[in-house]
Amino acid sequence: MRFQKRHIALILYILFLLLPIYWLFNMSIKTNSEILGAMTLFPDNPTLANYATILTDPAWYSGYINSMIYVAINVVISLAVALPAAYAFSRFNFVGDKHLFFWLLTNRMAPPAVFLLPFFQLYSSVGLFDTHIAVALAHCLFNVPLAVWILEGFMSGIPKEIDETAYIDGYSFPRFFGTIFIPLIRSGIGVTAFFCFMFSWVELLLARTLTSVDAKPIVATMTRTVSASGLDWGVLAAAGVLTIVPGALVIWFVRNYIAKGFAMGRV
Amino acid sequence: MSWMAWTPITAVFFSCIILMLIGMGIWQTVSPTVPRRGFLPLTTTRGDRLFISLLGAAYIHLGWLAFTDAALWVASIIALFWLFIVMRWG
Amino acid sequence: MNKITNNKAWFLVLPVFFIVAISAIIPLMTVVNYSVQDIFDPQTRFFVGTEWFEQVLGDRRLHDALIRQIVYTMSVLLIEVPLGIAVALTLPRKGWGVSASMVLLALPLLIPWNVVGTIWQIFGRADIGLGGYVINMLGIDYNYSQNPMDAWVTVLVMDVWHWTSLIVLLCYAGLRSIPDAYYQAAKIDGASNWAVFRFIQLPKMQSVLVIGVLLRFMDSFMIYTEPFVLTGGGPGTATTFLSQFLVTIAVGQFDLGPAAAFSLIYFLIILLVCWVFYTVVMNAGKREEQ
Repeated sequence: MRFQKRHIALILYILFLLLPIYWLFNMSIKTNSEILGAMTLFPDNPTLANYATILTDPAWYSGYINSMIYVAINVVISLAVALPAAYAFSRFNFVGDKHLFFWLLTNRMAPPAVFLLPFFQLYSSVGLFDTHIAVALAHCLFNVPLAVWILEGFMSGIPKEIDETAYIDGYSFPRFFGTIFIPLIRSGIGVTAFFCFMFSWVELLLARTLTSVDAKPIVATMTRTVSASGLDWGVLAAAGVLTIVPGALVIWFVRNYIAKGFAMGRV
Repeated sequence: MSWMAWTPITAVFFSCIILMLIGMGIWQTVSPTVPRRGFLPLTTTRGDRLFISLLGAAYIHLGWLAFTDAALWVASIIALFWLFIVMRWG
Repeated sequence: MNKITNNKAWFLVLPVFFIVAISAIIPLMTVVNYSVQDIFDPQTRFFVGTEWFEQVLGDRRLHDALIRQIVYTMSVLLIEVPLGIAVALTLPRKGWGVSASMVLLALPLLIPWNVVGTIWQIFGRADIGLGGYVINMLGIDYNYSQNPMDAWVTVLVMDVWHWTSLIVLLCYAGLRSIPDAYYQAAKIDGASNWAVFRFIQLPKMQSVLVIGVLLRFMDSFMIYTEPFVLTGGGPGTATTFLSQFLVTIAVGQFDLGPAAAFSLIYFLIILLVCWVFYTVVMNAGKREEQ
């Protein structure tokens, strides 16, 4: 790789991206007196006390567990319902298919704020308020259309002859789908799961409105802490850093697929 | 269902929409639509034209509410004309 | 690809239909019901017709929020799209740098939105944040929680920081689909960098760019969490965008009727823009196939 002038620009841009994140990390390993006392680029006395606070206080760490649970449920539901639907969209014409597809996409584009109150009423009336499944279902509003969209792109890239050969060989649809088709689009499923994870993990408004205690996600814990006690910056920063970790891990695992997923142009 | 706060008027409104969709579905299976090009700057099927006219009708009503004080049924009549024109020549 | 016409395919779509219908149609119907009534509690409600719509359409605060929203969304697009293209062009085409840049660039996208707000809240403060501290050191009086202009710029920079990567990754995916032979041919012809960009790279990026613009338009049009955490919509109403305004009416004041009417208007705007974009993208796709 020859070093060129344009790489300097790239490095500068990445520095711009990383600086605020570094600052958050920097604050998370400082004591509160150092944060408020002086402007230091590197902490004088690095401490893990802020992280210890979070990992030992159930009010904090249960937030992470809750978030993980509803994100996982959401990814599973989204993939399970989107796989057959994406197959239908990529292989068949049927009455209203294009309008259905457009309608699904509008849900990806609709502002969650619009659905806030009805969701609250809906889940309260069926007794699902403050459960993980409620948040997972609410996030399906934008993740299912997204999953259908991405998967349809990947499936369209698989030649139809494969289906036909399999049917001639006497495969039933479920057997063909499970044993031949799904392995073929493994990378597509990976990319889809990544994006479902991403959008469910970063969402705050619905997750916060639909939970109060038992299923309270970490993102809600953070905003409520800010408004309540407010100024424990070190712990807040540590909590922030910990929310970045799962995302960073997931990116690392799918780094080679990301470009491909984006190449489908369907995020 | 009580939390959804139904009123007779909204119930009728949604029944009409649902009936219209079912009707379009049946019409489609009986005689499939042929995409064509009318005065709208794009090729449309029957369903596309229905969507365009409904969306247009919503905007006509909103515009009426925003810019005039006249009775709303006038806007509804304009919207009906618009629906007819788009469905027929769109 | 020629598709077979088979209406049984509906059975495969049914699960998606039901799950999205529950989370989209029922709430939407409820919003419509709310929008025509004055609701005090579930038993006490009155039919008021289009009163809320008239009230909301004539509401100055809504007009202001809408104008603010449009200016903001346009600024976001005008900055992020060119910047994203520029950064994508600087990315290496092969080697270890590709994976490394991918991971670093994608990082902001995976940060929960409220944490993005928190990061900038801290970073921009003059007393404890590096960014705010440096700007004040330079002699510029900067305080995003007092000065409306500073708040607005901070929210904008935050969005650029957060989302430009999306455009970069999309464009990069488009660029990667250009065969090396094109570049070699351009070199032999002695084409300038600008010509290469204009006639080879830009056309390849066009389809992904449209999608990128669509996504950025939609997401910035419904931005809520980041400014909520950073500025809470203030100072005053300097950074109160549409979603923020809606949530204030709906949850803050619990005015169900006006909030519902507002939701519907908001939804109609989104629906129209979404449809126009979708039609354009699909027609562009069809032309490419031919």
